[in-house]
Amino acid sequence: MKPSTPEEAVALIPDGASLMIGGFMGVGTPERVIDELVRQGRRGLTVIANDSAIPGLGIGKLVAARALRKLVASHIGLNPETQKQMLAGELEVELVPQGTLIERIRAGGHGLGGILTPTGVGTVVEEGKRRIEVDGRAFLLETPLRADFALVQAFMADYAGNLVYALTARNFNPVIAMAGATVIAEVEQIVPVGMISPDHVVTPSVLVDYLVGRA
Amino acid sequence: MDAQTLIARRIALELREGMLVNLGIGIPTLVAGYVPAGMHVHFQSENGLIGTGPIPEQAMAQPRLTDAGGRPVTALPGAATFDSAISFGLIRGGHVDMTVLGGLQVDAGGLLANWMIPGKMVPGMGGAMDLVTGARRVVVAMQHTAKGKSKIVPQCSLPLTSVRPVDLVVTELAVIAQQGGRLRLVETAPGVSVEQVLAATEAKLEVADDVRPMPLE
Repeated sequence: MKPSTPEEAVALIPDGASLMIGGFMGVGTPERVIDELVRQGRRGLTVIANDSAIPGLGIGKLVAARALRKLVASHIGLNPETQKQMLAGELEVELVPQGTLIERIRAGGHGLGGILTPTGVGTVVEEGKRRIEVDGRAFLLETPLRADFALVQAFMADYAGNLVYALTARNFNPVIAMAGATVIAEVEQIVPVGMISPDHVVTPSVLVDYLVGRA
Repeated sequence: MDAQTLIARRIALELREGMLVNLGIGIPTLVAGYVPAGMHVHFQSENGLIGTGPIPEQAMAQPRLTDAGGRPVTALPGAATFDSAISFGLIRGGHVDMTVLGGLQVDAGGLLANWMIPGKMVPGMGGAMDLVTGARRVVVAMQHTAKGKSKIVPQCSLPLTSVRPVDLVVTELAVIAQQGGRLRLVETAPGVSVEQVLAATEAKLEVADDVRPMPLE
């Protein structure tokens, strides 16, 4: 783990990179890293996240800055700008059921070849996918997702980089921390090693490549 | 009583002690306000919370404690938070006893369409497909008609949410139960006749022998 500023962390991310970004309607999104992506003018990004928040918040800022080429998400309904760019053909949007999206990310991070889910069977979500029967029940084969970078937000880290999350700001964060080739974690507090009990660590420090503190 | 309140109050009577319940946005959210006195129900927010409590006073809002719409909520004693993989494991894995969702269309077989109008409104399915596929009981809360047209139709023209039929549809006119892939009118709202419900419904409904007035408490 290397301590870094938002500027240093974002300098690692090239145009066209794929990013998994934590957060649910902007709650649990690494806001300072997002602001820096906008400031450094990144373009052509593929973002994998639950939603595109609302204008002016979290991933909504990246959408407004036209930093995205493609968005893989479960919900864009509360961000009219995302829908506008999608309907105008300026932004490619792949909509994935939320439970399928998080499991595809988990599969990517856990070394699985995919997951079988009953969600989407017989709907438009099934198009182009393999249907597999297990014990007489139909499932869809959903493929794993990985990304060049995972942009994680956590409540607390120790100096080693172990992470703890707070309340509903946890959401996609610990799952994407397993699925990004490089993991950048933005945290609200940094505490001495030992203050977080091993039993309370959610994301082990070995997964965290760059830690962005408050300073 | 307005239509939304009527629907929410009727659905609240479907709650049972100790249930794990997921409420969608819109009318379903109102159901939490009508839990029968003395009953304890666990409400799940799919962003990672069981034990969702009322909206806090503004000064008490905690920015990391929100509902699925991103609005601040509270957590009741005994609440638990978890990541999205567990949250949807709860939903898909049959641990959620009941979900209440809004609807755009329900067809004669009880199939629900509630997540998009092609070319017009494409918000994404969010958690709806997982909820309808995985929850033990699915209740639809919706107005009976939209712009004068029945939302209960012979066959959904909009993309389906799941091929698993819903269990109960509650509108401001009626309660309609799905059993064996058929819809049956079981209750009518105060002041509404069976004939009025049938006239407002495009899909063919079976009529229960003992259609009852909708109880509200």
